[in-house]
Amino acid sequence: MSAVDTLRLTAEEGLALIERRELSGVELHAAYLEAIEKRDGELHAYLRTVERAEGDAVPIALKDLISTRGVETTAGSRILAGYRPLFDATVATRCREAGLPLLGKTNLDEFAMGSSTENSAYGPTRNPWDPERVPGGSSGGSAAAVAGGLAPWALGSDTGGSIKQPAALCGIVGLRPTYGTVSRYGIVAFASSLDQVGPMAKTVRDCALLYRIIAGRDPCDSTTVELPEAIELPRDEDLRGLRVGIPRELNEAEGVERGVSDAVTRAIELCRELGAEVGECELPRSVEYGLPCYYLIAPSEASSNLARYDGVRFGHRADGSGSIHELYERTRDEGFGDEPKRRIMLGTYALSAGYYEAYYGQAQKVRTVIRDEFAAALERFDVLLSPTSPTVAFPLGSRTENPLAMYLADVLTIPPNMAGLPGLSIPCGLSEGLPVGLQLIGRQFSENTLFRAGHALERALEFDFVPERLR
Amino acid sequence: MSWEPVIGLEMHVQLKTRTKMFCRCESGYGAAENKRTCPVCLAHPGALPVPNARAIEWTIKLGLALGCEIAPRSTFHRKNYFYPDNPKGYQISQYDEPLCVGGSLDLPGSGGAARIGITRAHLEEDAAKNVHVGGAEGRITGSSSTLVDFNRGGTPLVEIVSEPDLRSAEDAKRFLQLLRQTVVELGISDAEMEKGSLRFDVNVSVRPAGSGELRTRTELKNMNSFAFAARGIEQEVRRQIEIYESGGQIEQETLHFDPAHESAPPLRSKEEAQDYRYFPEPDLVPVEPPPELVERLRAELPERPSVRLARLREHYGLSAYDAEVLNASPALVALFEGAVAAGAEAKPAANVLANQFAAAGIDPATVDPGELGKLIRARTKIPRSVFDEALAATGEPSFSAERYLGEAAISSSAELEPVVDRVLAANESQVLAFRAGKEGLLGFFVGQVMRETSGKANARIVSELVRRKLAE
Repeated sequence: MSAVDTLRLTAEEGLALIERRELSGVELHAAYLEAIEKRDGELHAYLRTVERAEGDAVPIALKDLISTRGVETTAGSRILAGYRPLFDATVATRCREAGLPLLGKTNLDEFAMGSSTENSAYGPTRNPWDPERVPGGSSGGSAAAVAGGLAPWALGSDTGGSIKQPAALCGIVGLRPTYGTVSRYGIVAFASSLDQVGPMAKTVRDCALLYRIIAGRDPCDSTTVELPEAIELPRDEDLRGLRVGIPRELNEAEGVERGVSDAVTRAIELCRELGAEVGECELPRSVEYGLPCYYLIAPSEASSNLARYDGVRFGHRADGSGSIHELYERTRDEGFGDEPKRRIMLGTYALSAGYYEAYYGQAQKVRTVIRDEFAAALERFDVLLSPTSPTVAFPLGSRTENPLAMYLADVLTIPPNMAGLPGLSIPCGLSEGLPVGLQLIGRQFSENTLFRAGHALERALEFDFVPERLR
Repeated sequence: MSWEPVIGLEMHVQLKTRTKMFCRCESGYGAAENKRTCPVCLAHPGALPVPNARAIEWTIKLGLALGCEIAPRSTFHRKNYFYPDNPKGYQISQYDEPLCVGGSLDLPGSGGAARIGITRAHLEEDAAKNVHVGGAEGRITGSSSTLVDFNRGGTPLVEIVSEPDLRSAEDAKRFLQLLRQTVVELGISDAEMEKGSLRFDVNVSVRPAGSGELRTRTELKNMNSFAFAARGIEQEVRRQIEIYESGGQIEQETLHFDPAHESAPPLRSKEEAQDYRYFPEPDLVPVEPPPELVERLRAELPERPSVRLARLREHYGLSAYDAEVLNASPALVALFEGAVAAGAEAKPAANVLANQFAAAGIDPATVDPGELGKLIRARTKIPRSVFDEALAATGEPSFSAERYLGEAAISSSAELEPVVDRVLAANESQVLAFRAGKEGLLGFFVGQVMRETSGKANARIVSELVRRKLAE
């Protein structure tokens, strides 16, 4: 049992071990719990673990905004402390039906609002590559768990970059799926028109396996659709016939670190060597307006989605008596951290009478422009490449006092998200000893293409996903 | 100056679908508090709405019955506000893209039908029910705490908005009745005010008669009957006229009509108006009803009560009263039309059906219209008592008019004359009074003759005989 190297074992290898009966699911689950016991005191990737869970396949960690029946689900917020859902999120059900036992619930920025997991009401998660640095966010707990050998794979959720960016900062693979392919039923909502659950794992093939389990129409989520084609496990090791576009604005954006840029340039070079056709393209408006529009739409939806936390039916309720509005105010003041409060205020303002057209309405129009711009670029190319994050993992506390600097962490992931497009982040090298993420953007429902390209690059890059200090 | 009321209505109707609007909880009354709830209608984190297809179809049906255009694409919006009966913190409603737009309902009147515009009909979810404890009659004033029953929360609710086309309290009342009847006959709602499955608000303003302007309006809420609505409107119209005539201005406000005091204290004024921060509901996709569906629903529509009413008035020439009494029951109208087709005259047939028949409590669906037509046609030829007896028996499966027609009334003057003479001789003082001009006594003499003949005399012949004799 102790023979299992959880740092190195991929989910696919774990499944093979179980299939060959060299190991049982229970033993594998226990091996991860042991690793968690050993290393999570330092990383704090988990908010809670599950000692015994249903299923005999490779275990999984779920971001703590995915509802799990009877298992506390807090979304990283004090306002949901002690809340035990009465139902499973559809993705949790699908994992259970696939036999994946639940390892535990991972840390996140409160209500997925943040890019460092420092906004969790339960303390920050640390980056397995350097515990003085953040794992990214908001799915920082899931990313750190996978990178730190505390879970073979995990589910995260991505609104503005919350899967791709922490995957990049922790040196793992993360897929933000096409909007509408994965059910949001049971996912504590942040911004409904952008939220999307996706897999985080050590390899592209693991991501594809997990995506295959969770994707597809769910009658409980009206915004989901059936996948137009089955998900295939990628095998090809070349990129012949693939047209790769390099959007200038995403690659030359202000604030992209030199080391990040260098690693991405090498990956692009590798694409050519693997037989891809590489060309430049432009996305001027998407990159310039993506972030500001995102910060109108996401907080607007959040201000409405977070209205249900009123202390009446579940979760935290302030003590004392008074009018119903006093109860709301005190409950929400005590329960929400600074970032949700900030976004509730931003969103309430943007939706207010007299401002709606100028802000929310305008942002939705720009969103259409962004969608069209990407669509045009993706007519010429099958995949667009850029850095996932402008920087490598930054030190804890370095941006907490400056929300705007924190918001810029997602400047490269937000534009494709606004267009509803899928994006895959794979590690493509190191800068200053820290992982650099490569973002692959595809057309809607082109996950198979992203997996194929990501897998071929992954093979060629030979990136070692085990953090150096843990090897 | 004479003033003209300008009245528009908003009606809320709960649909009687088996399940709620956005979840699969059972809908309707009768369960213990909070038993018909689930994570969706309790707004648990992550729960998502799934629209009730039946509710959408029924709303389309209603829209078609009101002559609306069915939007090829309509959307749901979130209406944001904090209140304990609103667990999500927003109500899913429709805003600028409702399912049904631009219809009308014809309100037959003495001067022809008035066409009342229907601005829109849209679909939304009902709020839960707040039960205020410790106050009077469950009112919030004076209560010490509030309990919430979420059973009602999420019930499908259709809002119908009329144009400000109504010009009197009476018309408003008749319009409300006709609209209610339309909904009930479509089978989509009980529309019962006592149960709360029908609620409405009235917008009232006044203007100089004949002018086309729309002045500031007030909204009357909380009226629990159509009669109260009419009274509330009349009173509000008077109040506004008085204010204008004394040089004042009307303030836009919501008034809570209190039938006990015939007054309407303000609920909230424009300054306190809520900003609902509407935005498109991102958890739902637009509703795009396929044209085939709309056509199928159109084909399924029963005849509209407004159309039926117009036919009763215009084609059959019935009085407003008779037409409206008959129209309250489609089966009664069908029986009426069958009887007329079988040879009965329209007006007496309507009179019999609207007054005697309805009072007898017979199910019109069980009556053979042909036999009824025969009976009505013969009604002046048989004694009143026999006719009544026959009418009461029309619901029986073996009913045959023939059986009663045999007992024809005494119409022969020769037979009746001696009876008339006897009656006149026995009532000398009345004869004198009649001759002195008290013509109203004619009925008295006829009645006396009827009594003498056990009701078998033909009243028309008797009255002719009496007149002739007294004129001698």
